[in-house]
Amino acid sequence: MHNFDFAKPSTIADAAKALAADGAQALSGGQTLIPTMKQRLAAPATLVSLTGIAEMRGVCTGDGGLHIGAATPHAVVAKEARAHYPALANLAGGIGDPSVRSRGTIGGSIANNDPAACYPSAVLASGATVVTNKRKIAADDYFQGLFSTALEEGEFVTSVVFPIPQKAAYVKFNQPASRFALTGVFVAKFANGVRVGVTGAGNDGVFRWAEAERALSADFSAAALSGLSVDPSGMIADLHGSATYRANLVKVLTTRAVAAAG
Amino acid sequence: MPKDHGIGAPQKRREDIRFLTGRGVYTDDMALHGQTAAVFVRSTVAHGRIKAINTAKAAAMPGVLAIFTGEDFKDVGGNPAGWLINSRDGTPMREPKRPVLAHGKVRHVGDAYAVVVAETLSQAKDAAEQLAEDSVIEELPAIVDMKAAVADPSNRVHDEIPDNLCFDWGWIEDNRAAVDAAMKAAPHVVTLNLVNNRLVPNAMEPRASIGEYFPGTGDYKLTTTSQNPHLTRLLVAAFVLGIPENKLTVVAPDVGGGFGSKIYHYGEEALVLAAAKKLGRPVRWTAERSESFLTDAHGRDHVTKIELGCTKDGQILAIRTETLANVGAYLSNFSTATPTFLHGTLMAGPYKVPHVYVNVKTVFTNTAPVDAYRGAGRPEATFSLERVIDKMCRELGLDPFEVRRKNLLTPDQFPYTTPVGLVYDTGNYQATLDRAMAMADVAGFEKRAAESKSRGKLRGMGLSTWIEACGIAPSHLVGILGSRVGLYDAATVRVNATGNLSVMVGAHSHGQGHETVFAQIVADKLGIPETSVEIVHGDTSKIPFGMGSYGSRSLAVCGVAVTKAIDKIVAKGKKIAAHMLEASEGDITFEDGKFSVAGTDKAKTFGEIAFSAYVPHNYPLETLEPGLEETAFYDPANFTYPAGAYICEVEVDEGTGKVDVVAFHCADDFGNVMNPMVVEGQVHGGVGQGIGQALCEFTTYDENGQLLTGSYMDYPMPRAEDVPFYNVDYSCQTPCTHNPLGVKGCGEAGAIGSPPAVVNAVIDALHRGGHTHVTHIDMPVSPSRVWQAVNG
Repeated sequence: MHNFDFAKPSTIADAAKALAADGAQALSGGQTLIPTMKQRLAAPATLVSLTGIAEMRGVCTGDGGLHIGAATPHAVVAKEARAHYPALANLAGGIGDPSVRSRGTIGGSIANNDPAACYPSAVLASGATVVTNKRKIAADDYFQGLFSTALEEGEFVTSVVFPIPQKAAYVKFNQPASRFALTGVFVAKFANGVRVGVTGAGNDGVFRWAEAERALSADFSAAALSGLSVDPSGMIADLHGSATYRANLVKVLTTRAVAAAG
Repeated sequence: MPKDHGIGAPQKRREDIRFLTGRGVYTDDMALHGQTAAVFVRSTVAHGRIKAINTAKAAAMPGVLAIFTGEDFKDVGGNPAGWLINSRDGTPMREPKRPVLAHGKVRHVGDAYAVVVAETLSQAKDAAEQLAEDSVIEELPAIVDMKAAVADPSNRVHDEIPDNLCFDWGWIEDNRAAVDAAMKAAPHVVTLNLVNNRLVPNAMEPRASIGEYFPGTGDYKLTTTSQNPHLTRLLVAAFVLGIPENKLTVVAPDVGGGFGSKIYHYGEEALVLAAAKKLGRPVRWTAERSESFLTDAHGRDHVTKIELGCTKDGQILAIRTETLANVGAYLSNFSTATPTFLHGTLMAGPYKVPHVYVNVKTVFTNTAPVDAYRGAGRPEATFSLERVIDKMCRELGLDPFEVRRKNLLTPDQFPYTTPVGLVYDTGNYQATLDRAMAMADVAGFEKRAAESKSRGKLRGMGLSTWIEACGIAPSHLVGILGSRVGLYDAATVRVNATGNLSVMVGAHSHGQGHETVFAQIVADKLGIPETSVEIVHGDTSKIPFGMGSYGSRSLAVCGVAVTKAIDKIVAKGKKIAAHMLEASEGDITFEDGKFSVAGTDKAKTFGEIAFSAYVPHNYPLETLEPGLEETAFYDPANFTYPAGAYICEVEVDEGTGKVDVVAFHCADDFGNVMNPMVVEGQVHGGVGQGIGQALCEFTTYDENGQLLTGSYMDYPMPRAEDVPFYNVDYSCQTPCTHNPLGVKGCGEAGAIGSPPAVVNAVIDALHRGGHTHVTHIDMPVSPSRVWQAVNG
């Protein structure tokens, strides 16, 4: 790791100011950034920690559903979201291992937008709103491909607002080594329809499976999916699974998520 | 009631207290005055010609003390292979030089061609990055695939070896024609092509070395992560650097696992010594995890065709194998023995098979060196054999349990000379099979399968009846077979004046529990408390010349040396006691820590005798030296032959292809058991590694020789959730006939016996689910491979 300066602002305004400096890099839980720096693959001049900003931490209900501060660790979401949004709490409680869950944050996860991360599927399937220091971004506009988001230079996530569905479930199939999602499917049933968010599988990162959403909106049952299939051409192929295998997983896991949602 | 002390007691390991509370002292924990840091510059290409290494810029960077390149070591020796193998035509193997630092060419990604030593690690890293930038390496086409390596004589890992072949070995070549004839005449022949997957050892502690030089005396000291400090000293002294053995101390302190990968001498060890001499300061290096992936000796990596000739009712008549075994870019110390004498000699298994022939072609590739990894050759043999027998049962519609029973050697057939050169001394393979079947409730399987089905899972059961040869090894035998070292071991028992003991052993514990088990044996033999016994290991300046720990040899070889030294202590004690008790030596008995005159109540305690030996006022000084310290070397008369039966049950999720091991039953025969708790731990660890190989682990190089599975993001290690609650039994005990403890060794058994049981269970599950077209899936039987096999 190369040397760097460290700042830990206590307000969003101070963080924005610190991040405007040359070579400044936002740090949340550091579960991706710190290992990258240790390998000398990243060498920011200044790390600006977002975890000291009180208004960016915690879980509460409010306008539009469940508000989760961007710097809230997964373990806290797993605990505090349970009463309000159990499927989301389950997702958070299944990320990585206890040490990852104690450090890693929802804001860090969706800002990085790793194609195999769990949270993006929930954000997308819930139709959540990503709140930044500058604006509010609808989930459908936020994720823009592998490691790519709508965030602009100097912009950072401050909270995520999740509408709470009638029924929901997340089913993940682990990549055997990293235990990230080889494929993960988040199904959320709202009064006005069903949304299906798929992570780990798509060449362009997290995506909605539109055909499944249509079928499930008409009939929220595993049987409704039986005639559908997923086109492997847009799927990731790597050491741990072919595109065809991932396409299969999308369907199998969606079916299981519907069953789990009840 | 289990014993609470001594031989056979399930003692908790005394070393665990320091390991579990963070008070172990590992190489990297040692801080030395004036220490410096070494960082190696490693090749990023698999195959390349070194055109230039421009050191000027790096040398001028802050804190840089020295830079070494292959040029600095081109005139010193190479790191040799420990075993000479001859090809079928009688020609000796091709043995390229393995230099301290690559010179001329780099031959695998991670091959070190330079090193920077600096005041701090960070400075050394900065300069190493600069040096890498200033190095000109012309990339050559990588040789990765073994078949292609042999087929293309124009592209060579070593310029002097035209077909990338180290040797073409036949075992036993004289039997080949008879085996071919038996195969031809067999009513049924089963053929199986399989891959034994390459594994990265992944010891918890990465390799680390510290070199020191003491100019006042000219002494060197190497502190290093070794399973085998005397062998490392011998190799550095006699082959590589030419430091006189008496001027070099090698210390292997607490070592966090090895699994074979730390048996060998590596170039980094020679480098830190040479650098320490040049600088007059300690030079230290600790591998980062990515360096471990790239440069630790890997394991397995065989591509095998096995054929089995049999009768229609499953009597095995002949076995023939052809294997390509990868040795990587250089010959690691045991790399030539592992695919040959640790593999081919086991190809008869625990069965009475009249005709067996094994052919192994060993191939150089632009990959990390491959060498012994827990089991070392024996897992490869067992996997081939147990999988082809399972395939035979499916092809002929036979019961796998009955087929094993029909072919297993019976207790009256020992000693048994196999057609592949071993003499099994004893065993009772039916007993372990019966035990395993009872443990597994084989009769109740259908009911369990129905229950699994009700949850949407396919259940399958797999069997493996395995044998191995360990307690490595009789020196006269391995000498005939090409070993360049002896494989005895040694122990010194030093009784201190106050009656407690320091026992210096040649074996090295890097997690096995020697400090506990050896102390149990010593205490039991002498009738003293275990707390009075200290086991000293890992320091060549303290211990007798031993051969370290690998091949499940610590107890069966070094443990026996300990008992032989104890016998000498007791014999001398009797002489002292005879004098003190004014009796004849022949009348002295030793029991429960007391020397007594038979038939009387006259006695001296062990402590009194020890004190007398060091304060010899009333002592037969005219005929007996004072002191009480004895050394014994023990060279075994034969290998030991642990054996057992493993039954695995799996559930397969057809939707995802995921395999869950839901039950694993081990009935092992390890001979006499010294500490059941340690045995269970060894079996758990071995089976865990076997399940890891069977279900999870794989090592992939791309066509350019880049290691794709070079971190835990892509190399799947088994985790707690991947393994079941093991059901372990070692009550079937046929004591080894040729060592006085009657012990066989248990360290590798789990890793040897388990992979085929797992894969057989998966195939069984798939067949029960109607997927009868799936006759084999190569390891790891990962979710995607299972799904592909079913749906492909």
